[in-house]
Order: sequence, then C-alpha cells, then structure tokens
Amino acid sequence: MTSIISPPSAPQQKHGRPDAESTGAPSSGNSPRPSLRAKFGALDVKVSPYLYIAPFFILFALVGLFPLVYTFIVSINDWDLLSGAGDWVGLENYVTELTDPYFWNSLFNTFSIFLLSAIPQLIAATFIAAILDQNLRAKTFWRMSILLPYVVTPVAVTLIFSSAFDEKYGLINNILQLLNLDPVAWKSEVFPSHIAIASMVNWRWTGYNALILLAAMQAVPRELHESAALDGAGAFRRFFSITLPGIRPSMIFVIITATVGGLQIFTEPKLFNPSSSTLGGPNREYQTTVLYLWDLAFNRGDFGKASAVAWLLFLIIILVGLLNFLISRSIASSGGGRGEKIGRAARRSARKNAQLLAREAAQENLKEHRS
Amino acid sequence: MSLKTAIPPAKNSNVVPAKPGRKRSFGLDRRPGFLTYGLLLAFFLGGAYPLWWSFVTGSSSGGAFEGSLPPIFPGEAFLSNVSEVFTTIDFWSALGNSIIVSSIITISVVGFSTLAGYSFAKLRFRGKQGLMVFVIATLAVPTQLGIIPLFMMMKQFGWTGSLGAIMVPTLVTAFGVFFMRQYLVDVIPDELIEAARVDGASMIQTFWHVGVPAARPAMAILGLFTFMTAWTDYLWPLLVAPQNPTLQVALSQLQSAKYVDHTIVMAGAVMATIPLLLLFVVAGKQLVSGIMAGAVKG
Repeated sequence: MTSIISPPSAPQQKHGRPDAESTGAPSSGNSPRPSLRAKFGALDVKVSPYLYIAPFFILFALVGLFPLVYTFIVSINDWDLLSGAGDWVGLENYVTELTDPYFWNSLFNTFSIFLLSAIPQLIAATFIAAILDQNLRAKTFWRMSILLPYVVTPVAVTLIFSSAFDEKYGLINNILQLLNLDPVAWKSEVFPSHIAIASMVNWRWTGYNALILLAAMQAVPRELHESAALDGAGAFRRFFSITLPGIRPSMIFVIITATVGGLQIFTEPKLFNPSSSTLGGPNREYQTTVLYLWDLAFNRGDFGKASAVAWLLFLIIILVGLLNFLISRSIASSGGGRGEKIGRAARRSARKNAQLLAREAAQENLKEHRS
Repeated sequence: MSLKTAIPPAKNSNVVPAKPGRKRSFGLDRRPGFLTYGLLLAFFLGGAYPLWWSFVTGSSSGGAFEGSLPPIFPGEAFLSNVSEVFTTIDFWSALGNSIIVSSIITISVVGFSTLAGYSFAKLRFRGKQGLMVFVIATLAVPTQLGIIPLFMMMKQFGWTGSLGAIMVPTLVTAFGVFFMRQYLVDVIPDELIEAARVDGASMIQTFWHVGVPAARPAMAILGLFTFMTAWTDYLWPLLVAPQNPTLQVALSQLQSAKYVDHTIVMAGAVMATIPLLLLFVVAGKQLVSGIMAGAVKG
C-alpha cells in the first residue's frame, strides 16, 4: 500500500496534501478511481471511531442499562414470577417495602457487615502497605504472599469459613474451648454472625487493597520524605503528615469500590449456613438486602416488590458512594490541610537543600578548576 | 547524581545534612529489620492458614477433628474425599463450563474494550468527550441490581440453563473501556498513527498494526482480571443456569446437601481452588503489578 493507492484522508490532509498532489495525482491517470478512494477514506475516518465504540455501547445498553431501567417499570407494577405483569400500582411496592421490618432488617445487616469489613480492612491494608513500602528484600515475593487469599473464590472462602465457624465442631469454637472460653453462636446470633461474614470479606480483600495503597504510597514524591527526615520528622510523623495525605485519592477509590461491592454482598451470607431454612439465618440474623431481594423475587415470586427493593438499594448505593466521596474529601482536606502545609513546607525545604547542594557543588567545581 | 559525585563526602562545610555521605542516616534506604519480616511472615501465614486448614480438613477421614489444635498436619483421606466429591457433583463438566464461560467473556471484554478504548484515546470524533464521561459515570453503577429483568429476558428467549445466558450480561464492561483508554492515551504517539495513515493504511489496519501491538500489555492485565471476575461470579450463574452449573455453583451444591460433611466440602473447596492457585503461580507477578498499575490510574 502506498500513498498513491489511497490518499490520506481528512485529519491527515494537512500533512499529506502536498505529497499527494505532487506525486500521487499525476501518476494515477484516471481521475474517478482516486476520488472514489478518497471518498471511502473520508467515510472511513468519519465512521470508524463510532464503529469501534458501538459494540460496547450497544451491548452495555442492552444488558447493563436497559435491565436497570426496566427494573423500575417492574417495580411500579404488581408483577409476579408466574403470571407476569399485573396491574399498575404506582409507588405502592415502595411504600410496602419501606414499612416492612424485614427490609429494614436487611439494610441493618448489610450496613453492619459492611462497616465491620470496610473499617478494619482499610486500617489493616494501610498498615500492611506501609510495611511493604520499605526497602525490602524479595519485594515481589512479599507482595505476592499477601495477595494469596484473593485467588480463593468467594464461594470457596465461604465454605471454608462456614466450616471454621461451625457452632459445634468448628475450628474457632474448638480453639475458644481450648482457651477455656465459652463457644460463640456464630450462626444464630446477630453480631457474631456479622463478624464471621465480615471476616471472610476481610480475609479475601485486605491484601488486594494493601497493594493499591502501596502503589499510591510509592507515587508520593521521595523528596518530601527526604526533606521531612532532614527536618527531623520521624517515621511515624512522616507517615501521618506525608504518606496519608499523599494517598488520599487512592484511599477514596478503595472506599468507593468497597462500598459498591460491600452493599451488594450476597455469596457469603447465602452460603454461610446451609442448614437454615430461611435465607440469611433462622431469624434473618444476617439476611442482607441482596439476599432479601433474591428471596422476594425467586422464592416468593414477587417481582414487583423485589424490583422496588433493587431500586431502593440502587439509590442507597449511589447516595452512600457520593456521601463517602464528600466526607473523605472534606476529611482529607481539613485534616490534610495540615498535611498539605507540612508537605508544602517540606517541599520548600527540599528546594532549599537542593539549592544549597547546587551552590556547594558549584563551589567545589570552581575549587577543582582552580587547583 | 553528578552533583553528589562532585562533592567529596569527607569535606566539611556549614550545610551538614546536605552531604551525600549522611544520606543513609535518613533511614529511607535502610534495610528494614526482623520486626518487619516477622510481621510480613505473620500476614502471609494468616492468609495461607485458612487455605491450608481446608486441605487438612479435606484430607481427614470424617467425624470430629482429632489431633493438634489448631490442626497442622493433613490426614490420608484426601483422595477418597475427592472421589466422594466427584460422585456428588459433576466436577469436570462444571470445570469445563467455567473455562468456556470465563474464556469467552475474557475475549469479548478485552476485544471490545481495546477497540473502544483505542477510539476514545486516539481518534477524533464528535461527542467523544460526552460519551467518555458517560463511560466513567457508569463505572460505579451496580448493574447487578438489574437481575430481575435480565432473568425475565433470558426466560423469554428460552436461554435459561445455557452457557450463553451466563455470559451475556458481562460481555462488555465500562471498566475495561476506561482502563484501555487510560493506557493507550499515553502509550501510542499520534505521529505513529499519522505515519500509518500517510502510508495508506485504512483505519482498521492502523488499529490492527499500530493500536493492538501497543495495547498488548494492558490487554493481558485486563484479560487476567476479567477472567478472575468471571470465574468467581456466583449470583448470576446460580440464578440463570443452576442445571448447567459453573464450578462455583457446583461447589456450592456440595454444601446444600441435607447432611453437611465438612471433610468432603473442604476437599471440594481445595479442588476448586487449584485452578486459580495454578494461575497465581504462573501469573502472580502480573496480578500484583496489574493491581498496582490500575490503582495509580483509577
């Protein structure tokens, strides 16, 4: 393929024109062929960008957005799994759900499990990341080693932990008894069951999040640490005043992904106790909202109410995501204001040191030249 | 660097800390001590022990746990427990289903994301900005909450129970497009694309010969994580095709028997974890660098 056969098209014409005119046009004798080519070329340039993004947008609209929007339509009808679309009921399904104690129970459980997993996980991940953010031997090995739990699937994690938390023969209660402590009713009491489920999430995701935060820590400019150290800041001071403000964006990212994922938790409570006849514990001790939705839709066949729950949860997730974003931004900027000031001071002193260094070096050079 | 070498470290001057010989004393480059490695080892053991324990349990021969507490040494019944797993669930066909489903989803997501990401990163067209904002906005949308209409659609088409129904909802992801766009925007120089165009390559040829080779490292990372996500998915395959289970669904069926035999469930969990453990051994480094690379961009 040379420029003679297909003249470069629209965006490239600025560069391509002179070349095409001087060499391309005269050598090709018949005029209609190149113009057809040119037309095709122009069309190619115009249409191709849309063709390339089309598969994504079409598929995403069909299987991602349309179902979400259609969920709302289902939710304003008395829709049943078997008999299909029923009467239009307006917002009645929403009113019913918002006054249903089971719905509120599921929300409470979801948030309780979410907080029990998100907060300790974030603290532990930051701690691990800070430890990994040193001049370690066998760096890659240690980084991989904390990621190991991530390759165990949530189903397998739940089976393993469900077995460990078994009330009669489980590993945890066995150890408690060995220590002369009372066994805990992990599967039939609210708070213990939440701890058990949160521990599964924590076990699988802490290492993963630690690596994200580690990457953020390594992106913090080294000079900041150096000049803070010069100014006499110890490792702890540097961690709180330089590292933490520096990893703020990644922290927000981790918090938001943890929120979107955590509020939709399903696998862990679903498989935690197979002998319970109700989904989510004998008395719905750990029935999360997605589990409640599943129960409404596919066990009781009430698509209308289940869709209302789906939309309520959707709104809650968006809301909490936004709230998280705003809170973490304001905390980061009010608490981080100090950090930023220190950061700025550190940067200033780094600059000063660099200038001093340069001056000194220049003097040394001069001396060497003289001698 | 040249500055440092220009100054002899032994020379004394009034600017004490600026001397490179003192740099070491900041403690930034110092090798950490035993405490650090001890903590890391503890985290590693904490991460590995539940997995090891599942093997210990999966290899013990039924009944109450015996031996040390916490259990450390495996028993001898692993193979007989595994054969019990094989008679309870159709392990191999479930494994096959998972491989098929995850592979096709991965190919689709990586292919379409590269195409769209390339277009967003390197081509000029009207409405680009707005469409990209749309992609970013949908990153955080929990599309999983659309399962009810999705399920109705699959029923309508008569697809329930088929592998196709499992794949359909995740054939494209907004994250994939975002990820590829972020990578390609820096990695391909515009001149390279222009040069290809001047040489007479069509748009798709330019994509194929310039875009794809440049995108390869990011495609590998995206593929790895897409495969993992598809492999671990449980809710949707359980809903739409329980009669044609993926590995995760089959594994969960082990447990839902009326009488739960922990040794067999654990043997199953170990068997189901082996494929991803192999992946971890082969591609663990890439997983680590993928997470760390995605973080900086995300």
